[in-house]
Amino acid sequence: MKIVVCVKQVASLDEEFELLEGDRGVDPDFIEWDLNEWDTFSLEAALQLHEGDGAGGGEVVAVTVGDEEAEEGLLACLARGADRAVRVWDEALEGADVLAVARVLAAAVERESPDLVLCGVQSSDAVTGSTGTALAGYLDLAHVAVVTELSYDAAGSTLTVDRELEGGLVEVVRIGLPALLTIQTGINEPRYATLRAIKQARDRPLATYGLQDLGLDASGLAAVAGARVVGLQTPERGAGAQLLEGSTSEMADRIVEIVQERMSG
Amino acid sequence: MSAGVLVLAEARRGELREVSLELVSSAREVPEGAGGRVVVAVIDRDPQRFTKDVAADGVDEVLTVAAPTEHFEPHVWQRGLEALIETESPTIVLAGHTIDSLGFVPAVAARMGLGFASDVTEVSWADGPRARRGAYGDKLHAELEFPGKDCTLMTVRPGIFEPAAAGSGEVSARAVEVDLAGAARSEHVSFREVAVGDVDITKAEFLLSIGRGIEDKDNIPRFERLADRLGATLSVSRPIVDAGWMSNARQVGQSGKTVKPRVYLALGISGAVQHLAGMRTADTIIAVNTDPEAPIFGVAHYGAVADLFDVADELERALN
Ligand SMILES: Cc1cc2nc3c(=O)[nH]c(=O)nc-3n(C[C@H](O)[C@H](O)[C@H](O)COP(=O)(O)OP(=O)(O)OC[C@H]3O[C@@H](n4cnc5c(N)ncnc54)[C@H](O)[C@@H]3O)c2cc1C
Ligand SMILES: Nc1ncnc2c1ncn2[C@@H]1O[C@H](COP(=O)(O)O)[C@@H](O)[C@H]1O
Repeated sequence: MKIVVCVKQVASLDEEFELLEGDRGVDPDFIEWDLNEWDTFSLEAALQLHEGDGAGGGEVVAVTVGDEEAEEGLLACLARGADRAVRVWDEALEGADVLAVARVLAAAVERESPDLVLCGVQSSDAVTGSTGTALAGYLDLAHVAVVTELSYDAAGSTLTVDRELEGGLVEVVRIGLPALLTIQTGINEPRYATLRAIKQARDRPLATYGLQDLGLDASGLAAVAGARVVGLQTPERGAGAQLLEGSTSEMADRIVEIVQERMSG
Repeated sequence: MSAGVLVLAEARRGELREVSLELVSSAREVPEGAGGRVVVAVIDRDPQRFTKDVAADGVDEVLTVAAPTEHFEPHVWQRGLEALIETESPTIVLAGHTIDSLGFVPAVAARMGLGFASDVTEVSWADGPRARRGAYGDKLHAELEFPGKDCTLMTVRPGIFEPAAAGSGEVSARAVEVDLAGAARSEHVSFREVAVGDVDITKAEFLLSIGRGIEDKDNIPRFERLADRLGATLSVSRPIVDAGWMSNARQVGQSGKTVKPRVYLALGISGAVQHLAGMRTADTIIAVNTDPEAPIFGVAHYGAVADLFDVADELERALN
């Protein structure tokens, strides 16, 4: 089975951060980068499917849309066992919205003609929760979102998956390949890469493409974009928490007091 | 047909979900700019059963689309919504930012080339639709516009808007004919409850809730003892369940339980939207977190910017 896993290098903000001129983004000096938590689970799911696949001949390809910063994320995937990696980037993609990113991913995935595409349910920085399903839309692939369990029946070329709903309810669904799933945390236990594998990751194939290589151009993507950021703001915490002052021991005393007061009322 | 706001209601297993009426409230923030009308659409096996419930205050018309499947099926709903947008030409389409929506709404936006934003917390109008959503896990807000789009599709965060009140007058309902036979591409097998277990955290009056900040499985017994000493029931955020350290039954949040205890004491929980969905209505929320910018402080009544292990030490001391 050939599986493409879409992975994203995500930003987390330092406790103190500053916005760029015009408030359109955050100053990169205050950002740390990491592989999106959800994508570690979908990569693991892909590796397990691949390893359990008796047919052989398949591969796991990690694909990202991102600048050089994103290469770290791809190397982490290669170190864990992905066979190949693909990175797509163009200056025009700076600040691209979910539909533009999904459109670029669609062009990259199309070249691979996989049996299965896996995305994370969401990325921890953009939190749109939408890229995977938008990608399925562009590719006209059958899809299921928010998957917490999956098993593959090679004979029927079908997947049986748990779709997690609200409130502790799960729907069991069957779907044929080719398909796209968005994977939820907790579906498996993502493996760690060995030091040796981390060293060897650099020797695995990592291709870099620009928009032209995928038959896309900047103006076409601008037309696809679903939204434009007018500005970023720090949310006003108006009625937010009353902060407890003093030493930790004074805070603890205060917490006990508040609890006693509320529980006796 | 005239433009306006199209609200897509949501039902599951024969019941209208509350977000449907919240969407009507959010729709009422924009109708003048968007063309005046608020129309609610229901896609369901038997959509007529909901026409009365969705005809809330401020709704001008109800549209029904008959689905061939008994339960939600993403490709059927996708085709149904596409057809509604084609025939009704709304300026704005609002759906819930729910699990079902995650499964088909973005595909509609992609395929039809619409304006699009997800998990929207505020809808407004300024020469065109505007939306506000979180950025960097709700540490910031982003204000969005949708230039050059005739139709903009948004998924709206549940629990932000008050549900619209029941309507007073008659609202006309119209069936929109869409051929959805053969649209399904997945097959329903069954439903299953996962959050069952030995405790019912929804009944607890006092919850001590721990999150990823506790760092290690070996620290769990300590917080079990602390909960005991405090007279609290222990609950957790999702990563603790994902790691297999605690059972599903103790998880608070969108995919776990919704709780409303008298006191919710959160240690090392950041306050992601899906966690807040399960506890934001607790009577008193106390949060302990080292990060002063953690979103949990936005809903907490009392906050301690402190190391949770130090606070746990001191709580143990205070209880002696
Ligand atoms: C569809 C969907 C459904 C979901 N359902 C749920 C759900 O039902 N429930 C749920 O909880 N999540 C749910 N999530 C996950 C959610 O998005 C977050 O990932 C999760 O809530 C984060 O848990 P956390 O706050 O414990 O961890 P983190 O976000 O990692 O936060 C840990 C916090 O601990 C603080 N901290 C670290 N060390 C210390 C210390 N020593 N002292 C004090 N503070 C410290 C950090 O500052 C940080 O704020 C869902 C996600 C999706 C996509
Ligand atoms: N720039 C990107 N490159 C590759 N995959 C991405 C990118 N952005 C989002 N994704 C995929 O889409 C999922 C959901 O992200 P989001 O829609 O941003 O919440 C992620 O877990 C990835 O699988």
